[in-house]
Amino acid sequence: MSSAPADRLSPALRTEALEQLLVEREPVDPAVMDKFIKTYEQDVGPLNGAKVVARAWTDPEYREWLLRDGTAAIKDMGFGGPQGEHMVVVEQTDDVHHVVVCTLCSCYPWPVLGLPPTWYKDPAYRAGMVRTPRRVLREMGLEVPEGRAIQVWDSSAEVRYLVLPRRPAGTEHLDAEALAALVTRDAMVGVAEVAAP
Amino acid sequence: MTALLDVDGVAAPPRANGELVFAEPWESRAFGMAVTLVEAGLFTWDEFRDSLVARVAAWEADHAPGEEYRYYRCWLAALEDGVVDAGADDAVAVAERAARLAERPAGHDHADGDGHGHGH
Repeated sequence: MSSAPADRLSPALRTEALEQLLVEREPVDPAVMDKFIKTYEQDVGPLNGAKVVARAWTDPEYREWLLRDGTAAIKDMGFGGPQGEHMVVVEQTDDVHHVVVCTLCSCYPWPVLGLPPTWYKDPAYRAGMVRTPRRVLREMGLEVPEGRAIQVWDSSAEVRYLVLPRRPAGTEHLDAEALAALVTRDAMVGVAEVAAP
Repeated sequence: MTALLDVDGVAAPPRANGELVFAEPWESRAFGMAVTLVEAGLFTWDEFRDSLVARVAAWEADHAPGEEYRYYRCWLAALEDGVVDAGADDAVAVAERAARLAERPAGHDHADGDGHGHGH
């Protein structure tokens, strides 16, 4: 892998130059590209995952399906596409706390969480979560009880993980829509719990 | 050793949803280009990911002291690798075009408007 001469130019200029050339030579259709960008900037985000979680909390059959075949159960909600072809859903329990990382390149389940936040891509998170997960989680504001094991899921080339958080106590009266509003992206990566309203 | 995670800077772990996905407009263009090229079949996602892994590893192995990690810079480099490897463009042509764009007078308003988006 050689370093392109363009490395000395700003990334904005390199990107613009590459886009012009690819549009001129036609492998890139600007309309298609704009649609992808708009989709991931505005339409696809953690709310999708929150709807999946809320349905699992309120529908035991769906929860069982989601844990058995995450890809199909998520697709049933209308969420699929790139980076969602092989979904595995892991459930937080009193014995095991699950947390997701991609140590090599920040793979992330786009259809349910959108694009990854800055901290997920940070080398400190990627390396630290594997070596000292309890400490990294504490620094992110989550104290995992001593007796609870921590399972770190490193996204492989194919599989993308979604964490099914614990439903907070005192939410028995809430319907799926109200529950979805409580579920945060951080909880679905496993770096936070879902707080009661 | 200082804290593993920068709690105040740009890499600060957010406590809520809804932050901007891209820090700068070019990041969204580089993202969109890669996804479009996978869709168009110029390269596969696995091939792109291999390039991205290599670029991330290369940055981690060798970067200026104190230089901030920028994920989408690695992404852009991987994209350039993929385009060149697929033969859709050569690195020299991209560099020449970028150098030409750099010569535009300051404050140009992109009146040509051909595919130069700002991601907003």
